[in-house]
Amino acid sequence: MKCRTCREPAIIDLPRHNANFCAEHFLQLCRRQVAKAIHDHEMFTASDRILVAVSGGKDSLAVWDLLVDLGYRADGLYIALGIGEYSDESRGYAERFAAERGLVLNVVSLREEYGYDVPTAAKATGRVPCSACGMSKRHLFDTAALDGGYDVVVTGHNLDDEAAVLFGNALRWDVEYLARQLPVLPARHGFPRKVKPLIRLTEREMAAWCVVRGIDYIIEECPMAAGNRHLGYKEALNSLEEKSPGTKASYYLGFLDRMAPLLADLAATGADSVRPCARCGAATGVADEHAVDGEIVCAFCRLVERSAAHAPVSVDLVRKKSRAERRATMEVEAR
Amino acid sequence: MKVILRNPRREIVIDGRRRVHALLAELDLAREGHLVIRNGTLVHGDAELDRDDVIEIRPVISGGA
Repeated sequence: MKCRTCREPAIIDLPRHNANFCAEHFLQLCRRQVAKAIHDHEMFTASDRILVAVSGGKDSLAVWDLLVDLGYRADGLYIALGIGEYSDESRGYAERFAAERGLVLNVVSLREEYGYDVPTAAKATGRVPCSACGMSKRHLFDTAALDGGYDVVVTGHNLDDEAAVLFGNALRWDVEYLARQLPVLPARHGFPRKVKPLIRLTEREMAAWCVVRGIDYIIEECPMAAGNRHLGYKEALNSLEEKSPGTKASYYLGFLDRMAPLLADLAATGADSVRPCARCGAATGVADEHAVDGEIVCAFCRLVERSAAHAPVSVDLVRKKSRAERRATMEVEAR
Repeated sequence: MKVILRNPRREIVIDGRRRVHALLAELDLAREGHLVIRNGTLVHGDAELDRDDVIEIRPVISGGA
């Protein structure tokens, strides 16, 4: 197979583009898709200070690499979630990436700075681990961006992530979440602007970007995420994509073009309804606030209070086995 | 050929030559969810893999949102 652009040998086939690309022109395609997302959605400018949410996985390292490659000023923030060896390894990938490129990586440790970790928070609060993790990360990225004077927080959510979330929200007809599922969340009352420059690129393309660019990232799946609903949605969408290439892009990008504008009024509802948390001072939305002894306390502070008071819980006590792990176990048992 | 699989990491041996698409189908792995890497280099779906190759099949789907 030949590269569509230069006719040199191809290294990757992209059925949704009905094309194959060599390394050089595959990278060019990725740069153009990111530049288009940034431009079309007015995500940021060259003068903005950018904070990238870094996990050590392919998407966050790829988006950081892409932004620097495109000439933007971007620092990283890694949050040590305390998910056993997985967190230790992922932190190593993030730190090596930054050190090799002379980039600034800030690190916040949940255990050292707040007295808990994600497995313990899941057990202490009865939340699923991804919920406790997501809430912690959102709060800490918001706080770090505002305290550090950053103009915008960048996350590595890609086309597969957004299509899967859209699929889940549509299955439940959760119109409030649908209305807010946008590639740019504007800054408002104590919340920084948040943007997703990878919405035009798939997970497979981001993994390929890392391989071609020589970026080492943590390949192992988060043990807390195994078997979650989001992964099931991705598998379902990939099954459709294999039969009809381009399905994910037309689904999500079509939503942005044709459905999101119809929900714009709903997206604006509640945008001003925030108040400061009595404990940490961070802005908290009406849906997340809760009165404790007559004071407004944000969801993060409540999570910290319950989790830090709980004895530490190991990863194995709260994790599910992934389908691949179950399959590998069956392979061993069958021998 | 030796094939390295991930999550969890394990190795299997496949007899004979295969095209990438055929190998993924044989292992019941979705193309959209995986990259195939030979000696550190990506290979496209129609590439033919030799019996002496060491192949990594890398999953690309990650959880959480």
